[in-house]
Amino acid sequence: MERFTTLRSKVVPLPIKDVDTDMIIPAQFLTSISREGYGQNVFRRLRDTDPNFPLSQERYKQASILVADSNFGCGSSREHAVWALLGAGIKAIIAKSFADIFYSNSAKNGLLLIVLPAQTVDAMIEESTQREFVVTIDLEDQTVTTDKGKLYSFDYDPFRKHCLLNGLDDIDYILAFQKSGAKVPEQRQGDRL
Amino acid sequence: MRAHKSNPLTSLAGVKSTSGRFSSPRSIVEKIWDSHVIAQLDGHPAVFAIDLMLLHEVTSAQAFKTLEEKGLKVFRPDRLLATIDHSIPTRANRQEIYDEAARAQVEALRQNCLRHEIELLDFNGGQGIVHVVGPELGLTQPGMTIVCGDSHTSTHGAFGALAFGVGTSEVGHVLATGCLLQEKPKSMRVEFRGRFRKGVYAKDAILRLIAEIGVGGANGHVIEYIGEAVCAMSMEERMTLCNMSIECGARAGLIAPDQVTYDYLSGRPRAPVGQAWQRALEAWQYLSSDAGCHFDRQVTIDLDRLQPMVTWGTNPGQALGIDQEIPETAQLPDDQRSVADRALEYVKLEAGVPISGTPVDWAFVGSCTNGRIEDLRIAAGILTGRKVHPDVTFYIVPGSEAVMEQARRENLPAVFEAAGAQFRMPGCSMCLAMNDDRVPAGKRCISSSNRNFMGRQGPGSITHLASPATVAASAIAGRITSPEGYLQTV
Repeated sequence: MERFTTLRSKVVPLPIKDVDTDMIIPAQFLTSISREGYGQNVFRRLRDTDPNFPLSQERYKQASILVADSNFGCGSSREHAVWALLGAGIKAIIAKSFADIFYSNSAKNGLLLIVLPAQTVDAMIEESTQREFVVTIDLEDQTVTTDKGKLYSFDYDPFRKHCLLNGLDDIDYILAFQKSGAKVPEQRQGDRL
Repeated sequence: MRAHKSNPLTSLAGVKSTSGRFSSPRSIVEKIWDSHVIAQLDGHPAVFAIDLMLLHEVTSAQAFKTLEEKGLKVFRPDRLLATIDHSIPTRANRQEIYDEAARAQVEALRQNCLRHEIELLDFNGGQGIVHVVGPELGLTQPGMTIVCGDSHTSTHGAFGALAFGVGTSEVGHVLATGCLLQEKPKSMRVEFRGRFRKGVYAKDAILRLIAEIGVGGANGHVIEYIGEAVCAMSMEERMTLCNMSIECGARAGLIAPDQVTYDYLSGRPRAPVGQAWQRALEAWQYLSSDAGCHFDRQVTIDLDRLQPMVTWGTNPGQALGIDQEIPETAQLPDDQRSVADRALEYVKLEAGVPISGTPVDWAFVGSCTNGRIEDLRIAAGILTGRKVHPDVTFYIVPGSEAVMEQARRENLPAVFEAAGAQFRMPGCSMCLAMNDDRVPAGKRCISSSNRNFMGRQGPGSITHLASPATVAASAIAGRITSPEGYLQTV
């Protein structure tokens, strides 16, 4: 997994609530056995049907930070949604809230998800719609700083922060646990008796 | 082989004991949680043991690749079961997969299962939708932890298992270690009070719940379903209920096991037998929430007046009683209005108009939500002696080969064919339109599946979710119709 430390980028707004994983990457693009190649089809249906869809606009071309509404990433567990966003150059998403599985999948792929208060997110959507809006994210400090110097702190799970800052993944963590002598109990409640 | 040099475990000193006695009352979720936490460092997620992982072709190939890249072996192949369901055709000659990418995906799963000695339920070998085959084999059992790279893994909660969907990275973690890193979920209890009226089913109850709390209403929670109506439900209905827990954002949904659960499991091919069965029964008795245990949230839904439900919009929470009118978006709370306006534009319907009577072009009974034998029986009951409307194409897709065979034994395909519906081969089919089973752009489908997202059943398709009974009745009428008037033959 790639490390995430700081990121300075233009912001692209996506002011839609309950953005689902079918919107992010429609099912017909899931017939691949690779993690690559999904970026070109991110939000495919929305881009095809809405000529003003933000991610298609020239002025947002280089944006690596998406600012969205609430319950972003709801629906399917398809990690392809995260791969598609990363493939399209999105490295961080700021929103009012995220769906659980999407949140978990993002952390495991180095996509930073930041929850900020609704008013702040609305203001960021507004600014990025009106003008070229650039923010800097610092994961170590857990801050988002706007190009006009406004600073917002965000909460982030300390363990996940450690993993992102160092590019560690769960497999190595669990394996280290198992090697350290912590044994998987042989008989558990759910074991096939 | 490790990707980094330093030990990621800075210290093991803070490992919590998981074997202590528990004096305070615990919920069923806490009981299953506690018995599966192998260890947990302060401030870290738990190393959480997984008893069973189900695999399918769409979300596993990249996980096997990770294993290869890291030079790791599969930890416990005997705790895995694979099948093919999402991208396969449902036509009679389904073995010929014309789509090159889909074929490669299925082939990759076959190779991976062969290489790692994982049991694969292939065509004519017990194949079916993962969430249909696990339970029908008796593999899904109370108290287990079950994961799959599919959000509808919550289905297995019907047996009192803690079952949830994971991403492909986590599929890889379980393949390699049998474990996941997990944060303890919050708990929510949903009580269904009263009894179902005729023509109202578990599908209607779960749609009512999602409409009530919203598509993100249970984010971060595991739901325990209780109540008179839940106790009276068959296992099939319980699976429908738990299946759609994810649609209100819940991590999982479950129901404490009882005699209905044991009766369903007894004698199934992978259920314990003899002394092992007795031991299992004893262990399962403890799988209920203790009186006075804590829930982070409680919700009550009254079923006595519940009508058949149908969705009008583009998420499962946009649902209403079949006698109701599409809401005036101006009257909705602020946070729902913009979503509702977008939805109405997409589904080409107008606010204030009754949902009943909306013409439909397609109908679908199937999916992990409603593709079991009981669902097919309900559809057959309504279709017996009747004809599907000439303007409607009706696909009926069994959830598994076992469901298909049982349907054949009961002569259901003859009923479907006589009515003008197509009885197809098992798979996910038109629920997510990964294969050729697609609702054409601009066409409207009444569907027993679980998601009505924009384009879910094919680009430009419009979906209305409902119970199999409502789907069958609507297919006959050619418009969205309550099943109540069609049930006299059942």
